[in-house]
Formats: sequence, C-alpha cells, structure tokens
Amino acid sequence: MILESYLKNEERVLFNLRSLYSKYGYQPFKMSKFEEYDLYAKNKEFLVSDSVITFTDTHGKLLALKPDVTLSIIKNATEGKGVKNKVFYNENVYRISGSTSEYKEIMQAGLECIGDIDLYDMYEVVYLSAKSLESISKDYVLEISDMRILSAILETITGDDNFKNEAVDCIKKKSEHELLDCCKKYEATEQATKMLADLIKLYGTPDEVIKKLKKMNVSKELDLAVEELSKLCQLLKLTDEYANIRLDFSLASDMNYYNGIVLGGFINGICECVLFGGRYDKLLSKMGKRAGGVGFAIYTDLLNKLHKEAKEYDVDVLLLYKDTTGLDKVQKAVEWLVSQGKTVSAQRTIPEKLRYKELKEMED
Amino acid sequence: MINVALPKGRLGEKVYNMFAKSGYECPSILENNRKLIFENERTGVRFFWVKPSDVSIYVERGAADIGVCGKDILLEYEPDVYEMLDLNIGKCRMAVAGKKSFHDDNVSTLRVATKFANIARKYYASKCRDIDVIKLNGSIELAPILDLSDVIVDIVETGTTLKENDLEVVETIVPISARLIVNKASFKFKTKEIENIAKELKAQVESND
Repeated sequence: MILESYLKNEERVLFNLRSLYSKYGYQPFKMSKFEEYDLYAKNKEFLVSDSVITFTDTHGKLLALKPDVTLSIIKNATEGKGVKNKVFYNENVYRISGSTSEYKEIMQAGLECIGDIDLYDMYEVVYLSAKSLESISKDYVLEISDMRILSAILETITGDDNFKNEAVDCIKKKSEHELLDCCKKYEATEQATKMLADLIKLYGTPDEVIKKLKKMNVSKELDLAVEELSKLCQLLKLTDEYANIRLDFSLASDMNYYNGIVLGGFINGICECVLFGGRYDKLLSKMGKRAGGVGFAIYTDLLNKLHKEAKEYDVDVLLLYKDTTGLDKVQKAVEWLVSQGKTVSAQRTIPEKLRYKELKEMED
Repeated sequence: MINVALPKGRLGEKVYNMFAKSGYECPSILENNRKLIFENERTGVRFFWVKPSDVSIYVERGAADIGVCGKDILLEYEPDVYEMLDLNIGKCRMAVAGKKSFHDDNVSTLRVATKFANIARKYYASKCRDIDVIKLNGSIELAPILDLSDVIVDIVETGTTLKENDLEVVETIVPISARLIVNKASFKFKTKEIENIAKELKAQVESND
C-alpha cells in the first residue's frame, strides 16, 4: 500500500498522469538515454537550451544525452492516412542551465499525438494538458496562443523576417513601448501598429478574446485561424476545465517549428511555466514526415517548489531497544506498530536529528 | 497582496513616489529605520528595497510579483519576465567610451572593459568586431587611462566623470530608462491587480510627457 502523504509531489503527480493518459488510450513510450547527436544538431532551434551534452561511443560515433523527448518520438512515428501515434512518456532529459551553465537532469512527463490529426485530437491534447495541471493543483491557468494568428497579423504588415522576429520578441515580453518603437523602425502603418498594440493587450477568457479577434478582420488567413481556434474553444467549453483557460498571444514560440496552437501551463505557487507544448507540423516536415503533431511536456522537477505542509515529525514512534533485548521481541514490536498504521524507527540510541512523536523504550 | 521590488537609491525613491501618487502608498517606507519590508494591507502592496541589479532576480524567481529596474539590467541578464512599461525615468545611455585620442583601427582585437559583458559581446558581435572582454566590477573609467583596455562599455548619464578623466563617448549603444517588470506566473494569478498598477503608472508617465 502506498500512503499518499509519503509521496513527493512529483511522484504523486507522475502516478496520476500515467493513469490519466492511459485512460485516453495513450501508450507508454520508453527510450534510451542516448541519441545520435545528428538528430539534435539538425533541429537545434527546437531545443529549449542550445547546448547538448555530447560524448563519443566505443565506435567513435558522436552521441548526445537526450535534451528532448519529442524529436525521438517523431523519429519513431509511423505515417499514413488515418494513422495516429498517441504516446506518453516519463523521461529524464539533460540540459545546460541557462543561468548557471551547469549540467542539469530534468524530469519530464508528457504526451504526443502524431499523424493524421484532426480537431478532435487537438481538443483532446489541450484537454489533457488542462487535466494534467489540475492533477497538480486546482489553482492553475492553461494559456493558449496560436502562431497562425500572430503570423497572419505580422504578415499583413511586412514579410521582413527581421521585423517579425523583433515584433515577436516585444509581444513575448508584453512590451508595448518597445513594440511601438519597432513598428516605427520598420515604418508600419498607423493602423497596423494599433492592431499589434491591441494584440499585445489581449488577455482573457477564450470568449472575450475571440470576440475581439473576430473584429480585426484583416486577412483570410487570420479569419481562418480565428475560426479554428474558436471551434477548439467551443469544444473545451463543454468541460469544467474551460474556467481555467486563457488566451494570451505573448505565449509565442519559434515560427519555424510551431504552426498552430501553443500551450503554456502555470500553477499558483510556482514562478515558472510548468507545462509547455503546441502544434509542430513544421518540425515534422523538416524531419521528412508527412504528418501533423501536437503535444506537451510537464517539467515535473519544478513541482518540488510547490509548498507541501512541513511534517512536524519524521516518525511516529522511536522504538529504543537495548543490546540485551531479544531481537524477536524487537521484530514483533515493530511489525505491530506498523500494522497500527504508525511509522517507526527502531534504534539502540536516540538519533541526534530524528524528530519523533512518541518514545517507546523496550525492556530486556 | 502584490510584492514590489524597488531598487535602492534615488531611482527607487522616485519610483516609490510614482506608486504613492497612483494610490499605492505605504508611509512606513519613509520612516528612518532598518526594516526591510513595508506593507500596506489596505492598498494590498508590500514593498522591499533590493540592490538594483538584483531586482530582476527577485521578479524572475517570483519572490516579487513586480519590480522596477533599468533596461541595462534587462539587457545584461535577459531575465524571463514581462517588461510592461517604460517609466521614462532614470534616463541615461549605454555607450562606448575611450580616451580622446582613441581611434579604432579595426585591425587588432579591441580590448573592452565593462560591467556589462553580455551587452558588450552582443553589440560588437552585431558589428562583426573581434573583442576581448575585460569584466570589471567598478571604476570602469580607470581601464583606458591605465591602458588596461582600449575602450569601456558603461552607463553614461551626464558625461561629467568621463570629461573629468579626459575620456569621451565614442558611440551610443542603446538608450536606458527604468522599466516595470512582472513575473510571468504572477501575472496569471494576479492579473487585475497588476494590470491596474501598470495602468495607473502609465497614466502618470503619459501625463509627464
């Protein structure tokens, strides 16, 4: 029997997630710790950290400690009409921390749906990402952005990639003042500048935001993207999780890889984004797969930052026995206490740092 | 309750006055004592003074929901935060300065002394100029005088220190001013309160323009 109170936050969450994903037909995916470096070198921008930890194997081949799981899943995905690969994983990834430049082992859980995916699959992945956050804490926010909407609006201003990159950087920072400077630098029209400034301020429930997006009406591409996002949100509205969903276009990702929704999940009490994902058909196409892909990952190592009530005691009972006490008596006493639902530490002397609720001393 | 990290010093005092004018006053902050945290339950804000270069760390790591720091700090450390408002105060510029006799021959590696190694590297990389960064923590102006470096990359406010040491600005890298920064997760859970503070401060910035 596993007593939930003895599990660490991340362990409890991993159990819940495994059960959740299995219920929706996702199959476990297990992979090796190493991959050929080439896989990551070709898709460096897709990775969260630029640096990959590499080494040569006994045959002189350059290998990498895997910094990402999605690329390995894509590599193994099958394609074809109507074919869908629905998998979930719980793996360690290895990255170089941006702030300290030290190697880090990060525990990640997540799922991917790759293949001939449709709106239902998109909904299912978004819904499961919300359910995953809910299994961590009821006080969560799932944000959705859509790269097609951002891209369609930027495209109406200019096709200049430098402008797009600079504007996306400003939008990511919700920095209206820098966005206005950027528009001025690239001589965007007053109308276009206003539209981008409005986009940066758009934050709220899907209903509120989509209503405003529909009024923008600048191109067919934008209308189409808004319509699809609206359909997705209508499906999500059928669930209780809808109350925790927000649309926010500052959640932007690399346009070379992501071509649709982007997901970001936050838990009250954790200062970073704990869930990240999205639709990445462009990555699949770069890797030579004719398929769509959508998925997300949860940084389970961040969950230890969630406040857990500090335990007052390390054990319920400290059972002190003497050198002369019969060991069969000690064994019986320990088993009896455990069967009463108590935690017990059998010792001959009182440990210096052990906090106990009750002290029981055994006679000879 | 919104936690606000203010930079110690003159800039921080100016920023606090802006908060107070917007209705987020906390009179205990003006008392002369050794307290570190000042709270006003009625207005729902808690202020604390931190070293200016640490403000972004407090905000990025969620110890503060919002904070105010110079654009120089944001460019140097690139924290993952929202930069919601240019407060238009604490204005100065990040510049390259050197001895009056300095001439860049573009042949040898340029020795650059600075506190802002990241900004210097990025700036010269954008110009494809090969540099040797000498990271210093203070008295940057000394470096070219003692021939420790060819130039310095530093904040220039009035230019008086440069002038007094026979140095001059060679080129401006970027204008600097104080910015309101926000922790990304805090924004999701305290949206209205943070948006209200930003709105009030923005109104003041615009009325000062």
